[in-house]
Amino acid sequence: MGSKSALRFEPAIIKCSRILVKESEAKQSSTPMDDLLAARLQMAFTLGFHIIFASIGIAMPFLMAASHRIFLKRGSDLHLRLTKAWSKGVAIFFAVGAVSGTALSFELGLLWPEFMKYAGPIIGMPFSWEGAAFFLEAIALGIYLYGWGRVPPKIHWWTGIVVGLSGVASAFFVICANSWMNNPSGFDWNEGSPINIDPWAAMFNEGAFLQGLHMVLAAFEAVGFGVAGLHALLYLRTKHDLHREALKISFVIGAVAAIAQPIVGDFTAKMTAQRQPLKLAAMEGLFETQRGAPLVIGGLPSQTERRVDYAIEIPKFLSFLAYGDFNAEVKGLLDFPEDEWPPVLIVHLAFQIMVGIGMLLAALGALGLLFLWRAPAAFLSKTFQSALILCTPLGFIAIEAGWCVTEVGRQPWIIYGLLKTSEAVTPRPGVLFTLITYAVLYTFLWLIVIFLMKRQVDLLHSDLNIRERPK
Amino acid sequence: MTEAVIAFLAASLLFYVLFGGADFGAGILELFLDESTRREKQRLISKAMAPVWEANHVWLVLAVVIVFMGFPTVYTTITTALHIPVMALLIGIVGRGCAFTFRHYDAGPTDYSRVYSKVFMVSSLWSSFFIGIIAGACSLGRIENDASTFYAAYIVPWANPFCFFMGLFCCALFAMLAAVYLIGEAKDPDTKSVFRLYALRANIALIITGPLLFMSAELDNLPLVTLFFGNSWCLFCFTAATILLVPLWISLRRSGSPLISRILAASIVTLVLFGWYALQYPLAIRFNESARTDGISFFTAAAPEATMRALLAALVAGSLLIFPALAYLFKVFKWETLNEVGD
Repeated sequence: MGSKSALRFEPAIIKCSRILVKESEAKQSSTPMDDLLAARLQMAFTLGFHIIFASIGIAMPFLMAASHRIFLKRGSDLHLRLTKAWSKGVAIFFAVGAVSGTALSFELGLLWPEFMKYAGPIIGMPFSWEGAAFFLEAIALGIYLYGWGRVPPKIHWWTGIVVGLSGVASAFFVICANSWMNNPSGFDWNEGSPINIDPWAAMFNEGAFLQGLHMVLAAFEAVGFGVAGLHALLYLRTKHDLHREALKISFVIGAVAAIAQPIVGDFTAKMTAQRQPLKLAAMEGLFETQRGAPLVIGGLPSQTERRVDYAIEIPKFLSFLAYGDFNAEVKGLLDFPEDEWPPVLIVHLAFQIMVGIGMLLAALGALGLLFLWRAPAAFLSKTFQSALILCTPLGFIAIEAGWCVTEVGRQPWIIYGLLKTSEAVTPRPGVLFTLITYAVLYTFLWLIVIFLMKRQVDLLHSDLNIRERPK
Repeated sequence: MTEAVIAFLAASLLFYVLFGGADFGAGILELFLDESTRREKQRLISKAMAPVWEANHVWLVLAVVIVFMGFPTVYTTITTALHIPVMALLIGIVGRGCAFTFRHYDAGPTDYSRVYSKVFMVSSLWSSFFIGIIAGACSLGRIENDASTFYAAYIVPWANPFCFFMGLFCCALFAMLAAVYLIGEAKDPDTKSVFRLYALRANIALIITGPLLFMSAELDNLPLVTLFFGNSWCLFCFTAATILLVPLWISLRRSGSPLISRILAASIVTLVLFGWYALQYPLAIRFNESARTDGISFFTAAAPEATMRALLAALVAGSLLIFPALAYLFKVFKWETLNEVGD
């Protein structure tokens, strides 16, 4: 949101915050800062967990369906086994993702009751659509997993596609809500509460489509490379055809997404420059407003010294990337009051990590596709496979980093320019306790899912009579 | 408009209880099964539930979404005042959701299914209990929006005999549903008769906890008896439910058709739930006499008109998409429970 529209909201914000300050003063004794930090940490922890499961839920069904398609076309037993193996992975991740998502739908209310009270009527709609999409996904998954031999093959394959499509739709709907927090629209503030609510306008806020596309592509990229990396490892160990086929399917999907991602990412950055100049400034570590601003790569921004150390600068390039003009003016952090700055160091570093990984995966993806097309032997070479193995977690790290950019970059606001995170936190004391509970629970879930995946691979290998070669 | 949204909420809660509740109940039943034959019955339960498991679970998500979007004050009141039982329920749901799936898929060389089963059983009982507690707290009226102490704000609303017995009642209700449904899933007569026995036992548990519920309500200063006789719909629903227990009992004792038992059990549960709805309506959360108002009504808590319209549109469109799919799912897996399910 530009500063102009922020001004328009100013009187209402002042009123709203006066009421909220009064409320929070009344609660002061029971709401120390630590509770805010604990609530934010808990949110970060559970969302950080859920985003990975959700991404797998979005992309994995398409990998499964691709393999299934090849099985239907060629009737190859190998692809049937691969499809079934992958579908088990989908089932496990879906189950854990579903329960962690349910927990999240309650957690929002537990931790941010003020936010939910305002946001519910405005932005509940994408959540209700998400509920519908999720429902369809659950039904389709049930039919897909247990439908072998009971459902006509064509319909069976399509239910797999429906699983994936509903996952993609869910992602779009959830991102609509998140994007609204960045681009609040579809209502007016009056006396500290929203009036003239238009849920459609809120749902289809300006950022929604781009941010959604960016996320969905990220999911395909991370899952494609993640799965390819795992199968590369298993392929190097076993040289089994199943892993080779799995590798190809997952790599192609990941690579295509990775090549498309920088383009979408660029559009997203341009939108951020328009609507959240402060966030862009933090992402880039730009303190002074300048014409022909340089692109700052890497480096450590210091909020107190107001400069970035150890960075590489490409002159005028930021102006070009953000506005398509080498001499365009880019707003710096110092144009805004410091108490509205997000933590610059975290946002800048997270952004660097995301972009760095994105570039690396796009390059590797292009190279790999070239290999597959022209030199299949090079694709299967130990060097390339080892590179893929090293890239296994990178896509997911990029997702976490990107999520960190958009969420931490919006701080101190929970609804950009309107409601501060500190005003939305639960008045309930003892958030630390729930944080610990959730942290223990989710850590445990992680460990057990990793353990299960390992066992699934062992199971698959014993089915295929594969014995791993000694390293 | 608001009435239509309330109807969708009522329906999704009903379906959650009828389908999801039976899944909870199955976990509770497993706890009471004989050690020696438990494994084989667990396999039967897994097989019966696995295809519809996720779909059954989503009804809750739907209900939460409706409350969150349509009745935000209700949502925030529940999630704040009932923070502790809601969190307990969540932990239970996460635990059983994972354990059930893991038990189904993790058939590795070394067997951990005992651990998964244990988690599944305990968390099923635990979650059902807390569902009852949360429902009870919405009726009891101990929720105070401006409570000043931790104890008054977060403990008083639900830590009392009435909610405790609501929890137990809920467990008995779910277990009864599960046992009756499972009779039809079982193939051999022995297993059928075991589930028949458990259905009868769950019925006895219901008959015991029901009156205790009324007694504890009086103990907790909730004039349930007065409310009950003052509300003809409520009176009708509970009386009908109680009367239907007789044919269910006869059908179970005489080894009648599983389908008829299922219809009877589902009707009883539906009536009980409708009775509760009638008792509450139009309140979502009841306050006791000391409060300024009767409680939070759906109508005062309702979101603005435009939001309700959008929500209703989403619900109607979603139903058009979901119900045919759901019907297909049940047709494929539940119409003829005779064929072997795939892997």
